[in-house]
Amino acid sequence: MSIPFNFRLTDFPVEAETLRLEVREFLSTALADVPKETRAETWYGADEGFSRKVGERGWIGLSWPTEYGGSGRSAMERYVVLEEMLTAGAPVGAHWIADRQSGPLIIRYGTPEQQEKILPGILRGETYFCIGMSEPDSGSDLAALRTKAEKKGDKYIVNGTKLWTSGAQRCQYMIALFRTSKEEDRHGGLSQFIVDLSLPGVTIRPITDLAGRHHFNEVVFEDVEVPETMLVGKEGDGWNQVTAELALERSGPERYLSSYALLQELIKEFSERNDYEGVTEIGRQMAHLTTLRQMSVSVAGMLNDGENPALEASVVKDLGAVFEQDLPNIAHRLMDLEPDVQGNDFQKYLAILTQISPSFSLRGGTREILRGIIARGLGLR
Amino acid sequence: MNDETSQLLSDTAEKLFSDHVTKNCIIDAEKGTWPDELWSEVIANGLNLILVPEELGGVGGNWMNAGILFKASGRYQAPIPLAENIVASYILSLAGISQPPDSILTILNGAFVAEKDLLSGSSPRTPFASHSTHGVVLYKDDSDLKVGLIEIDKNQLKDNNNIALENRGHIELDKVSLIENSKVDCDSNLVKKLGALMRSNQMAGALESILTQSVRYANERIQFGRPIGKFQAIQQDLAVLSTHVAASSVAADYACSSMDKGNPDFAIAVAKSRIDDAVSVGAGIAHQVHGAIGFTYEHGLHFATRRLWAWRAEYGSGSEWSKILGEKAISNGADKFWPSITEGNLDI
Repeated sequence: MSIPFNFRLTDFPVEAETLRLEVREFLSTALADVPKETRAETWYGADEGFSRKVGERGWIGLSWPTEYGGSGRSAMERYVVLEEMLTAGAPVGAHWIADRQSGPLIIRYGTPEQQEKILPGILRGETYFCIGMSEPDSGSDLAALRTKAEKKGDKYIVNGTKLWTSGAQRCQYMIALFRTSKEEDRHGGLSQFIVDLSLPGVTIRPITDLAGRHHFNEVVFEDVEVPETMLVGKEGDGWNQVTAELALERSGPERYLSSYALLQELIKEFSERNDYEGVTEIGRQMAHLTTLRQMSVSVAGMLNDGENPALEASVVKDLGAVFEQDLPNIAHRLMDLEPDVQGNDFQKYLAILTQISPSFSLRGGTREILRGIIARGLGLR
Repeated sequence: MNDETSQLLSDTAEKLFSDHVTKNCIIDAEKGTWPDELWSEVIANGLNLILVPEELGGVGGNWMNAGILFKASGRYQAPIPLAENIVASYILSLAGISQPPDSILTILNGAFVAEKDLLSGSSPRTPFASHSTHGVVLYKDDSDLKVGLIEIDKNQLKDNNNIALENRGHIELDKVSLIENSKVDCDSNLVKKLGALMRSNQMAGALESILTQSVRYANERIQFGRPIGKFQAIQQDLAVLSTHVAASSVAADYACSSMDKGNPDFAIAVAKSRIDDAVSVGAGIAHQVHGAIGFTYEHGLHFATRRLWAWRAEYGSGSEWSKILGEKAISNGADKFWPSITEGNLDI
């Protein structure tokens, strides 16, 4: 066998580095009032006012083609905006999904009518999307999903339940994967829809997570009438469309920067100490972080060149989650401070990140699923 | 040098090593036999001169090109000092010294001083010293930094090996005359940095080798009526190994590319630190998947794993390089931490 992946190094173009400085300048004032608790959550922290400011700067849809209202800039420039936002702890959660995958999906597969109706709001930082994939009996085994959309005249009648839908409570729309027909091939008969969450028959119920936060939701559909004009792409092509979307979802800087704030706080704490183990450990984490970043940037470069780095994206996400999850444990081992949301900054970050870290290897594809994809790439299955 | 040249280099190295680095070649080398045929082929192809400028009779390649050769030599566990000769001839070329014909170079690593062109000092664990004709040394002469060339004299050499049975001789010099010497404008810690860079790349190559060997074995070895690679436990382990192989390759490339950009200190430290971790995880998984057969001398897995265990400790362990990174990060302060990563520079 030969090694099935190829991460060639990618350099940022000059204009990306110029943009980096603009973003840093913007964040130095825009984040002044954002509390640490929100910053710790990075892309799970949402602030609609902040999202609108980002939209005003033209930094949402940055790499979308200009004919769709985007800025037509490169994926590398977009990458710079994302990594600067995340490392600064910017509350990007409200617009994150729409910018990352719903907008690009609508550009790629949507109708002109859908594009005109929805894209401008996303670009302004006002229209938000959630992802309707998982269901009560369909988690890692996504193709087992049962929520039905039955064609009736010029509408689809939707019945079923989506689960673990992050941020649904503040979104106007969901990109949902529904079963539109029963096929021999379990990947067949699935279709993607844009669902207006204000439609009659849609109920959004909060699910409180272990840290007492409300991110997850259960979204129930009871005879919801979705106009046929809201079908995305071709009926029955949902599986392929979703698979293409996942490469966008799995390799970005959010896949290794979730605990970044804690690393920065550790450095602050250590600036006042002189501890061999701690110093070495910080250097070690710096090496891991730098390497992950080079890998993730490499995938961004491949996406920018129109390649399909699905396997490389899975490698980045798996390694990234290990890194993000190790940090709270390392921080705990090195410091004799309790996690405490009322404590100092380090303690706050430690409290929040320790509790949310289990989700890092669940969301966007579990560790086991990713490693299964990698094993297939290696020729083992 | 462009992509086409890289491809040509890669193809040449693959062909040369797959033809000549046989299991017997490595076994014989472990017993002390110099692989003359293999080395002659390397020289005939000019691979050792990849970094020497064309006007000095070299190939005029860059560090990304050299990285291809470092990795290939690690991938095949070629029992020759190709990486060392690439680096040694580069250091000579920095000082404008040309390499003596038919010489095999080693790099002295230690503190040396010179008085009237007579050199003193010791270089413990000098790679392939007993097979080398000449040694390249970076030393202080008053306030000048100089590159010197000495002849290797067996009387000043005490043989030793690393655990991969690669020769690592102890060289002790007491007022030995330099054949050539010249002032040089470079980092006084250059030998250690370039040593870490070449070992990082060789490790990235050897890690690729243990991944391919492990996947092949998992697809061949039958237990419970099917290839063990069909079991999820094995698949998950091999997936983890492959993520570390990918990370190591990227870290090694990043170091080479930063070298080409003239700003390598951060990236070399990152590579040696990151790849050290990959070795600990990766060698463990490769042996676990191979079971008892991989633990025998007869099976060749250990040619790669013993090198990985030896190389991770040479030219500074991962911890040593991590400490350098950590100390800088802390003295720079938290606000400069992220910028230092985006710029790939600790001195900001």
